[in-house]
Amino acid sequence: MMKFFKRFYMSLIFLFLYAPILVLIVFSFNSSKSRSQWGGFTLKWYLDMVNDRQIREALVFTLVIALLSTVISTLAGTVAAIGIHYMGRGTKTAILNVNNLPVLNPDIITGVALMTLFISTGIPLGPVAMLIAHIVFSTPYVILSVLPKLRQMNRFMPEAAMDLGATPMMALRKVILPEISPGIISGALMAFTMSIDDFVISFFTAGTDATNLSILIYSMAKRGVKPSINALSTVMFITMVVLLFIINHKSEKGEELLL
Amino acid sequence: MRILAWPYVGWMGFFVVVPLFLILVYSFTSGDIHDSSTWRFTFDNFARFNEPIYLKVMADSFVLATTSTLFCLVFGYPVAMIIARADLRYRNLLLMLFLVPIWMNFLLRTYAWMSLLSPNGLINRFLLLLHLPVLEIMPGQGAVLLGMVYNFLPFMVLPIYTVLSKLDVHILEAARDLGANGFVAFWKVIFPLSIPGVVSGITMVFMPAVSTFVISALLGGGKTPLIGDLIEQQFMSDRNWHFGSSLSIILMAVILISMAVMSRIDQNTEVEGGKAK
Repeated sequence: MMKFFKRFYMSLIFLFLYAPILVLIVFSFNSSKSRSQWGGFTLKWYLDMVNDRQIREALVFTLVIALLSTVISTLAGTVAAIGIHYMGRGTKTAILNVNNLPVLNPDIITGVALMTLFISTGIPLGPVAMLIAHIVFSTPYVILSVLPKLRQMNRFMPEAAMDLGATPMMALRKVILPEISPGIISGALMAFTMSIDDFVISFFTAGTDATNLSILIYSMAKRGVKPSINALSTVMFITMVVLLFIINHKSEKGEELLL
Repeated sequence: MRILAWPYVGWMGFFVVVPLFLILVYSFTSGDIHDSSTWRFTFDNFARFNEPIYLKVMADSFVLATTSTLFCLVFGYPVAMIIARADLRYRNLLLMLFLVPIWMNFLLRTYAWMSLLSPNGLINRFLLLLHLPVLEIMPGQGAVLLGMVYNFLPFMVLPIYTVLSKLDVHILEAARDLGANGFVAFWKVIFPLSIPGVVSGITMVFMPAVSTFVISALLGGGKTPLIGDLIEQQFMSDRNWHFGSSLSIILMAVILISMAVMSRIDQNTEVEGGKAK
């Protein structure tokens, strides 16, 4: 009885979670432009998606910003985390408190604050401002996922390496980095997905000439989203899910990677 | 090694601390937003918030965010518990199924609800087919509430799941052995131990819910603007950064106060737990 009830409850929750996604996927194959009427099966939106310049540009822009901000914030965050790890307790707490601000502040506050800064200091809103903003909000997450790995590391290991003749650079590359690499990878994954998914902060820092996918979707949403956007998200969603299952399958600690 | 952190500290100073400081300065001044020589110190921006329209916006945001947080807790807690107690073989799968929807763009999922909930949308067609009364919540507060619960439910389930999955099963067995029935064991043992997860879940749902402007713009149809909509409007279309900044400060204050209250609850339960020993 209890088991039945649990299954029933979970099914309802999953129905609630997946209903809008199913609708998006199903309607990406709908030959009518309507959002509620089925007009027959078609693949034309998938063709449209490839040919639509606006969508292609927004997709490329989103991916470029995501890749750049992931690479930069992962490098900067890892380096900073190593530095912070060796700080004294007071300084460490102070730095981490500031580091937590973009994590704890609502996106809209981070967005308007950065926009104010960019305009007041003459940095034009647009791709560069948006890239900086993405680095600002993703680096703290990289630091937060690298620091625990540094704490778990045996702190005498780098010293031992250097006693045995390794230069500090070698100790860093051969001892510290391999130890903390799971933290770096999960930090990078987080930075990438947050950048791809971000709307609010991009919206405030984009100005008029930078359009990523989220901004494009938002500007369309009030008038009606092109079905080719549904097609594109279906492709992206399925790619993500497949990647997730592969990662999860390969690592026993898939759960950690996923989060 | 320490020197490695300093460039980042400088970066944070400029891109994290200075912007927030600017917001603070704007909130206490008035004048031309681009010409700081015209700025004068004033409390007017905060006084303006005292007008009934703005107070109503704040009240609406607070009530909607609180209600959606409660809904997330009520619906999310059982989910966290079912996943945490599931057989190890299924646990990861269930967790993953629960998280996969996050990988679809947040705006698109919200947009999909627009088409599901609209007056002649799929849900209403289905209800008509069954000769049931139709839903008329879109656009409006009901749809905004649903959108919030939909988007933020995972933020409630994850922290609670994390706490519950680490809970020692023997504690529960001990409670049952000592004569507690299922409900008592839950209420007196499991729930108090999961408070840290509940508290962080509540914070993680309340914060984005009280500050959103996307969900209310798409699902509310602009009928009940929230504080986030007001801030967005001040910065993007009205160009009144001074008032927008004071609204941002008020929003941050509301969130800080709620977080302080929640962490008090967290500490109190820890003290009680300590006494019980």
